[in-house]
Amino acid sequence: MANVLAVVEIRGGEATKAARETVSAARAVAGGLGGAVHVVAVGGPGTGAGAETLAANGADRICVAESPDLELYQPDVVAGVVAGLAGDGGYGAAMFAATAQGKDLAPRVAARLDRPLATEVVAVSADGGQITVRRPMYAGKAIATLRFGAAPALMTLRANVFAPTEAAGAGEVEDLEVGTVEPRARVTAFEAGDRDQLDVSEASIIVSGGRGMQDPENWHLLEALVDALGAEATLGASRAVVDAGWRPHAEQVGQTGKTVSPNLYFAVGISGAIQHLAGMRTAKTIVAINRDAEAPIFGVADYGVVGDLFEILPRLTEEVRKARASG
Amino acid sequence: MNTIVCIKRVPDSATRVKIGPGRTGLDPAGVKFVVNPYDEFALEEAIRRREAAGSGTVTVIALGPAGTGEALRQALAMGADDAVHLVSDGSHDGLVVAKALAAEIREREFDLVLFGKQAIDDDNMQVPQMVAELLDLPCATVVVGLEIDGARAVAHREVEGGHETVEMSLPAVIAAQKGLNEPRYPNLKGIMAAKKKPLEEKPVDLEASSLELVSLEEPPAPAAGRVVGEGPDAVPELVAALREEAGVL
Ligand SMILES: Cc1cc2nc3c(=O)[nH]c(=O)nc-3n(C[C@H](O)[C@H](O)[C@H](O)COP(=O)(O)OP(=O)(O)OC[C@H]3O[C@@H](n4cnc5c(N)ncnc54)[C@H](O)[C@@H]3O)c2cc1C
Ligand SMILES: Nc1ncnc2c1ncn2[C@@H]1O[C@H](COP(=O)(O)O)[C@@H](O)[C@H]1O
Repeated sequence: MANVLAVVEIRGGEATKAARETVSAARAVAGGLGGAVHVVAVGGPGTGAGAETLAANGADRICVAESPDLELYQPDVVAGVVAGLAGDGGYGAAMFAATAQGKDLAPRVAARLDRPLATEVVAVSADGGQITVRRPMYAGKAIATLRFGAAPALMTLRANVFAPTEAAGAGEVEDLEVGTVEPRARVTAFEAGDRDQLDVSEASIIVSGGRGMQDPENWHLLEALVDALGAEATLGASRAVVDAGWRPHAEQVGQTGKTVSPNLYFAVGISGAIQHLAGMRTAKTIVAINRDAEAPIFGVADYGVVGDLFEILPRLTEEVRKARASG
Repeated sequence: MNTIVCIKRVPDSATRVKIGPGRTGLDPAGVKFVVNPYDEFALEEAIRRREAAGSGTVTVIALGPAGTGEALRQALAMGADDAVHLVSDGSHDGLVVAKALAAEIREREFDLVLFGKQAIDDDNMQVPQMVAELLDLPCATVVVGLEIDGARAVAHREVEGGHETVEMSLPAVIAAQKGLNEPRYPNLKGIMAAKKKPLEEKPVDLEASSLELVSLEEPPAPAAGRVVGEGPDAVPELVAALREEAGVL
């Protein structure tokens, strides 16, 4: 019997989607280990209130370290709290979301616990108490299977892979002491990007544009489609258009950009170079719009439309709007 | 200022991945190896700072099998001063690699240790933070901007939906993201000079890992997609398929 620890982020007093995914995955693993799900959340005021809602995803115990000094992510402090708890013994696994914060934090905790870490995990099993995970390597060109030989098994979970599930957890709340740690590095500011736009790594629908868009002035066509697709949608880009300065680097999908696994990915005027595919091939549904029927993007697309994107996009936006309005 | 840059030799991103007979590694035949692209940003940053200051050294360290020396020569050709090759087959376990790198770094005098944010072969994204923890140093990852004034450093990190500013004092660990700078190509003079720069080879024994690499597989072939049609007239069918078949609208 071993418990599972889910390390979660609470933003603006609310549990993130990634937090719900992590707790749900932890619930499944805890089932295999015959243990309970514990959650740890470290952050500013409101963290506890947000974390408590994770009982609905199966959290049995919710450990909260809340302080006005932790409004911004302070890696050294959070690593100290999480490692203190995770190293306490009794945990079969500790799971993080592979978000910007989880990716930064998990290796720090791993080093403090002297345990290996598997990042960007896409499948976990706990058969017979043995934790085995699968994770992509070589930008998704290979999938590795790894077996943990020591507890706790530490991992970060790729976004949008583990579906949030509902399960009633005991939801018992415990306050943790933050203590007085002098952080080695201090985060002093967070500036939001210029556009109030969902990050590609978080969105469940991505509309990406490539060099086929021909001019940055044409992006309003993609923005209109994003608007029609609703609040879960955001813009992405190929490297060609980022290098050309048409779009910010934060939007780049691929080997040297972000790796994404949305439910729906539109590649518009993108040829499908191997480095682009590396970032989006695990999307659940891929739609390609390209005038070149031989473009490699059609090799990975679930649905393709061959033709001029300038003719296709306005029609697509209109049809999507109609479809969504009809519910 | 003395800077250490950790670089990894990795297969070029355009390489076709062929899994070797043991199913736990790549078949190295025909693979073109390069310096990990993110490590080039780290190298460029170190070299620019030394050039601007007119003093200091840039030492590159790479842990890897025979052949890794070529990547180190490339770094020397870009402008690094000396190189250390920790000769080892490497490990899929980032902590094991971090321990070997930390042991080497600990022996040196330095103000800054630079890394790439991620090696594009194992995609672990963990070695820099682990080295920082092992050496008890401040660390910022995914860094797209770095200012250093005396013994203070300010790093700008790329995170979801914006940027974070991190302040720390040197010595510190920084992991570079694309955007930090534009790496140079080595010129002929650099390539010639690199041949005479010191490159030390040190065999290392890695600790055993408790994380077993059971197997490597090719990803499942994507289910054959279909072209719904041509031009705007295909759009209604596309939208219907997305709603009814795929259930994503
Ligand atoms: C080390 C390395 C890392 C890289 N990392 C990345 C990465 O992270 N992300 C990434 O995206 N790339 C990356 N690349 C670059 C990659 O190799 C390609 O160059 C890039 O993806 C091409 O972008 P694109 O598809 O927008 O442009 P192109 O390849 O030029 O494709 C444009 C497409 O638009 C179509 N088109 C043109 N006009 C129209 C029209 N009117 N209607 C419909 N279709 C039209 C064309 O048929 C063509 O297929 C990397 C390369 C290297 C070497
Ligand atoms: N074998 C290695 N030798 C030297 N540096 C390495 C090695 N492996 C990883 N690194 C460094 O750590 C960074 C992150 O690697 P990783 O955590 O493996 O994704 C890389 O960009 C390198 O700077």
